[in-house]
Amino acid sequence: MQTITIKDFEDWRRVARTLIANATAPSEVQLFEDDGQQALFTENPQPLPSPSDQPGFHVPSRFLSLAEAVGCHRAAARWDLLFRALWRIKNEQRNLLEIETDDDVLQLTKMEKQVRRDTHKMKAFVRFRKVVQDAEEFFVAWHQPDHRIVRRVAPFFSRRFSGMNWTILTPDESVTWDQQTLDYGRGVTRGQAPQSDELEELWRTYYASIFNPARVKIKMMKSEMPVRYWKNLPETELIPDLLADAPRRVEQMIERHEGFDKTADDFIKRSSDQVNTLPVLKQMAAGCTACHLHCEATQTVFGSGPANARIVLLGEQPGDQEDLAGDPFVGPAGQVLDDALHAAGLDRTALYVTNIVKHFKHTLISSPETSRPPRGKKRLHQKPNAREVRACRPWFDAEWSCLREAETLICLGATSATAILGPGIKLADKRGQVCSSDYCQQTFVTWHPSAILRAPNTAARESKMQQLIDDLALANEAV
Amino acid sequence: MGSERHQSLDSKLAILADAAKYDASCASSGSKSTRKGSQIGSTEGMGICHSYTPDGRCISLLKILLTNYCIYDCQYCVNRVTSETPRARFTVDEIVDLTLDFYKRNYIEGLFLSSGIIQNSDYTMEQLTLVAKKLRKEHRFGGYIHLKTIPGAAEELMSEAGRWADRLSVNIELPTEIDLKQLAPEKKKPEIVEAMTGIKEKIDERKSDQKKGMKPPKFAPAGQSTQMIVGATATPDNEILKTASELYTGQRLRRVYYSAYSPIPHADSLLPGKSPPLIREHRLYQADWLLRFYGFEVNEIVVREDLNLDLEIDPKLAWALQQRDYFPVDVNTASREQLLRVPGIGARSVKRILSIRRHKRLRTDDLKKLRVAWKRTKSFVITEDYNPALADLDRGDLQRLITPPAKQLTFFDTFDAALRGEL
Repeated sequence: MQTITIKDFEDWRRVARTLIANATAPSEVQLFEDDGQQALFTENPQPLPSPSDQPGFHVPSRFLSLAEAVGCHRAAARWDLLFRALWRIKNEQRNLLEIETDDDVLQLTKMEKQVRRDTHKMKAFVRFRKVVQDAEEFFVAWHQPDHRIVRRVAPFFSRRFSGMNWTILTPDESVTWDQQTLDYGRGVTRGQAPQSDELEELWRTYYASIFNPARVKIKMMKSEMPVRYWKNLPETELIPDLLADAPRRVEQMIERHEGFDKTADDFIKRSSDQVNTLPVLKQMAAGCTACHLHCEATQTVFGSGPANARIVLLGEQPGDQEDLAGDPFVGPAGQVLDDALHAAGLDRTALYVTNIVKHFKHTLISSPETSRPPRGKKRLHQKPNAREVRACRPWFDAEWSCLREAETLICLGATSATAILGPGIKLADKRGQVCSSDYCQQTFVTWHPSAILRAPNTAARESKMQQLIDDLALANEAV
Repeated sequence: MGSERHQSLDSKLAILADAAKYDASCASSGSKSTRKGSQIGSTEGMGICHSYTPDGRCISLLKILLTNYCIYDCQYCVNRVTSETPRARFTVDEIVDLTLDFYKRNYIEGLFLSSGIIQNSDYTMEQLTLVAKKLRKEHRFGGYIHLKTIPGAAEELMSEAGRWADRLSVNIELPTEIDLKQLAPEKKKPEIVEAMTGIKEKIDERKSDQKKGMKPPKFAPAGQSTQMIVGATATPDNEILKTASELYTGQRLRRVYYSAYSPIPHADSLLPGKSPPLIREHRLYQADWLLRFYGFEVNEIVVREDLNLDLEIDPKLAWALQQRDYFPVDVNTASREQLLRVPGIGARSVKRILSIRRHKRLRTDDLKKLRVAWKRTKSFVITEDYNPALADLDRGDLQRLITPPAKQLTFFDTFDAALRGEL
């Protein structure tokens, strides 16, 4: 039995070529790892016969890439195994590698897979730490690969971080890139690597925040990020706390709700034999408690007008006086609307007038002494939020489906325009033209009459009023 | 929007990463070559996962929102306008710096940037694109960039985005128009599909220019993907898979992600408050694979009357149990298409079987060595030697033989296991 020590892959390649040339069978030779100690146990290692000048031979390229990978494996048996496979390819079965159920092939591909995986994990788990020397930045990492893969992986890092000075330290071997060439050096111990980086705190913040406590899959995490790598990954120290806190966070997520359990839809009774008419809907709406707005309001203010109206006006919500009267647009804003309708040549009694929110949302403030005699609290209008609009919208949907002859929908103000045409609508851009919505081919948007009341000066008031009149007239023409 | 200026980078990151985590996609694959002239960063086809969180998901990209302010009111989304969630907004430079700082330390493969919609679609899209452009032009960043595009944004903005990004995506969010109407009334399926079609056409255009020998600028070399939320509405799996299948063929998406609806903080009361249907999500991914790599059609995969996938067994096994006539399949003579339909045998094993078959006939031991899922495979295949399990093929209780009824793992069981000893 011949014993030969092998230094590295190139060495194995040379030896294997010679052995094949000399027709030495795998059973006649043992290939040892040369790690400096093996020599103690090797009896009388025979010098190899000088490289033969016999012509080389070809092996499938697949074998070469396999052998290169397996050469990086840490298992001592790899050189023998590779040689046996090579010998069998040469002498028994040229397509040996295609028979993946063969025991040698099985073992080699398994080793190849381990090396490939280790290579991949090195690309993933190297963590650089920034070191500044003489105003120059260096990025240094400490990594412990399973196999001897530094030279296999280093070119990848040089491509990826070509414009950076970096060093990767491992127990076996180190590599440095100075933006020009890769330079390999001896292995070092962990203590020689930098111990921290200011960015790591931010990285841990990211790690903790991107974790979703509602989906815990620890097995998956561990199979992809084996625990043996954790000691060199700054983020992994968070894992126990994240897990311990997860059940509490999820319970909180599940229990904590916002918004309303119901929408107006829950208050609309539908029967198969009877179609809801506007008066019936109005009655149902009177009892609506879908959102909290009903608590502070006097009553539901439903739409008003004939069921055969061809034009529908949609405002935001009832105001102080509407809330008391129970009818839409009867207060100061209603007066402005009436004037504008008149000027535009429209008859209000032929229109259907309603709001997207049917209760008066307001806040109580102490009435300012200057404007009128103090009488305690005043109800100040508050804009309904998107959640309240959503809860109330089914009432308008139901009204709309009763208005069989409606041809034109006019949204007064941004709240109703947004509800009908979607968010991001700018009234100033969209007014004065025909828009199309899910409700109506001919949808118009214009100022809410109260915007005219709130205008800062006469000029602005007059110009807005004129625009409102023009828009109403335009809508009227469209009918 | 005044207060966010005083927030620290750390607290912004916490808010805007938290807000982004419901997006399942983290793939960083598909761009085969690094952009020319890159100083920092590379893309070489295969993505790398740099870390894993305890939810089993990989961290490949820095996945954040530009801002979680949003004018929309989508009920499944934590960032909807009516949510009381804390808000933040990054500046463009903050994201650029953060991406580079993380990248240089090898924490990430690149950036996945999305955003709540602020002002309007165009403005938001412009801001997202600006980040990508700055990274590429000012910092010669060659890493991966995935931009979430905003439906309804102007076409020029989409073109610009595709020039700097590796991948573009538009989330379809919910599988059907009815679901959208219910939970995201402001999003319209036609608008979403149109955005995808726009991206597809630009990718095609570039390819045909290339074929003509021109050298057009890059456009989303890693293609486009989308995400569907599963379990927020009652829509069954066959509708979900039909939508996915349409997207694969119609818009030629690279990936459709299925995201089990996860309870979100500040959830709206209309949504199911429950743990996410993770097993269902898993089955959907298996079914998705069958569609893309195994030659199955949607109507074959969903075999149950309620039009959902079986949660107990994988969809290929479910199909095989219903189609016993198709079996047994002889591993030594069957075609590739037939082998792909055998339970427990994956596409890679099929490839190996075909290669081995040229040299020798396969025995049961060989299949085991190939690590096929023998328990599921054995009753469906003929091998060179005697396979006693074949006798079970026509048994009524075959499913029980293969998968003894397991205790359904609840959500808190997993936690328990986690806390008991694993860590």
